[in-house]
Amino acid sequence: MSTVSTDPPLLRFGRFLRDNPVIPLLVFLFLLIAVLEVMRPGIVTPFRAGRDGLISSFWVGNLIKFAIPLAMLAACQVLTMLTAGIDLSAGIVATVAAFVCATLSSIWGVGPAVIIALCTGLIVGTVNGLGVGLVRVHPLIMTLGTGLIATGCLQVYQRLVINAGSEIPAFLAWLGTGRTVGMPNGLFVFIPFAAFIFWLMRYTGFGRLLFALGSNENAAKLSGVRSWQVYLALYALSGLIAAVTGLLYLGMIRQPSLSLANPLMLPSVAAAVIGGTSIFGGRGSFAGAIVGALIIRVLDTMLTLMQMPEGARTALFGVIILAVTALYVRITGTR
Amino acid sequence: MMDMMRKNAWVVGLAVLLAVLLAATKMIQPSFGVSGLESIARAALPFAFATAGMAVVVIVGGIDLSVASMMAVCAVSAAVLMEKIAGFPAILIVLAIGLGMGLINGALIIFTRVPDIVVTLAMLFVWEGAALLILETPGGSIVNWLQSAIRGSFVIPGLPNALMLIIVCTAVVWVPIRRSKLGLSIYATGSDELAAFRSGVAVGRTKIIAYGICGLFCAFGGLSLAALTGIGEPVPGPYLLASVAAVVLGGVVLGGGRGGLLGPIIAVFILRIVRTDLTLMAVDPNVTTIIEGIIMVGVVMLGTAATLRGARK
Repeated sequence: MSTVSTDPPLLRFGRFLRDNPVIPLLVFLFLLIAVLEVMRPGIVTPFRAGRDGLISSFWVGNLIKFAIPLAMLAACQVLTMLTAGIDLSAGIVATVAAFVCATLSSIWGVGPAVIIALCTGLIVGTVNGLGVGLVRVHPLIMTLGTGLIATGCLQVYQRLVINAGSEIPAFLAWLGTGRTVGMPNGLFVFIPFAAFIFWLMRYTGFGRLLFALGSNENAAKLSGVRSWQVYLALYALSGLIAAVTGLLYLGMIRQPSLSLANPLMLPSVAAAVIGGTSIFGGRGSFAGAIVGALIIRVLDTMLTLMQMPEGARTALFGVIILAVTALYVRITGTR
Repeated sequence: MMDMMRKNAWVVGLAVLLAVLLAATKMIQPSFGVSGLESIARAALPFAFATAGMAVVVIVGGIDLSVASMMAVCAVSAAVLMEKIAGFPAILIVLAIGLGMGLINGALIIFTRVPDIVVTLAMLFVWEGAALLILETPGGSIVNWLQSAIRGSFVIPGLPNALMLIIVCTAVVWVPIRRSKLGLSIYATGSDELAAFRSGVAVGRTKIIAYGICGLFCAFGGLSLAALTGIGEPVPGPYLLASVAAVVLGGVVLGGGRGGLLGPIIAVFILRIVRTDLTLMAVDPNVTTIIEGIIMVGVVMLGTAATLRGARK
């Protein structure tokens, strides 16, 4: 690996990969899928198992379905990491939104429930933004703290509505579990969402401000960026995205609980990091994070298929995340 | 000099706050005495060690998200080992395991050049999995003398054993290091890595050792956790969040180079006493979580605002 920095063709290759971080990730994704196919012939290509179809739309649909919430939460991480931050409250915000929506739907009806659920995300995000932008608290601490507060509020709230029962809005269930032409309905939310994030990051002044603040905050401030307004908008947006994710995930799982989306939290950071987003800010792409989310889901399937004990699966998951990131860092020579 | 004053002022302020809280506890619950103090100290044990470990890593300029998982590994290995061999060698082995895990974390950060948050995030899964592999369900057993060592207060009447253990263990590990060249290297690396490197500090080695110390403290934490419950529990507890909160409340600046271990450990006790007080006042335990979060965020906000004002002057 040390030859990377001395060997010109390899160096050029590395540079090419750095400019197009999605390409090696896609290669890795397809490699993983190939390995999966070898492990369990017929899972991806049903014709080899004697069934119809070149590629199993059921399997691909399932993969995409479970990758969608992960990719959406990873969007929170990508956006905040662009400014050298992180949003560790995203998982809890998603849980809160889902729980609030499920419980209020049976009391006040679906419309107000969804609006209130989205508002909770917006509120937590705004508090994060105020803390990070105005008071200059480290984002890691700020979002951990608001996450803790939100968890407590959720538990108190749960005791207030414990008798009300819960109801999953029909359209969320349709989005979460339904399929159109073999593909999950969640794509109806995800494709516009992804397009919005791409547009936001690449073609708007706000996106450029995020990159500018992450690359060099002082330079950005000296050129007249009011950083606190950017942070406020950024974290509020992140909270809103997390709340939307929570609603979608509620439709998928259809069982509100107090820790519904919390297990997605750390994998969403992993998806963003695997996708080539730098935790130090200034570099990142949402396309990479989407591929990262797909990679994590394929890995999940693989480890489940291997029928290893739970512990070995968890450990291997960590090792693979670390290995992918380390390899990526080595090849592209960036951090 | 001013910096020194401010740093100590923070610790003194924390100690005063602790005293005020203790007095308040006495007012809320007039029967609060040695036994109450003892139970607080006992509950604070694993938190204190997790916080001490986290503090060392934060001082060197990093962060370790895997503390809770490492503690789980140490707790289950202690429980498994003590079923088979005598208590004392088992403790030594567990401490070695903790040190080893920390060193692995540090070495991975240095040699892969992946950011510390990412490495320790991945290692969180690895250690969590390892704990499950060692012991699938809670079980094993802990020797009796270790369980009774953290209870009561025979050494000095009125001073709980658990508190003595925290003080002795952290002092034995930290004071010699703090006084040596290594301690200086740790603070130098934390405050400015490039400057430290240029003045001849072996930055990589210092960081690896700092993570190793963190692992060692986590081993103490795991042992005390096992001693508290009497069994090994493979699922990590809520120690990551709590340790970060106490470290920040204790005056260690995220980013490194400033603060010590005394502040964070006092902060652990403050957080525990707040929790006890709220329970004594019959506040809903869930509201307690909210209040803890607000305290954590509020304190950090105040601290950051104070630093900013100081910097402007």
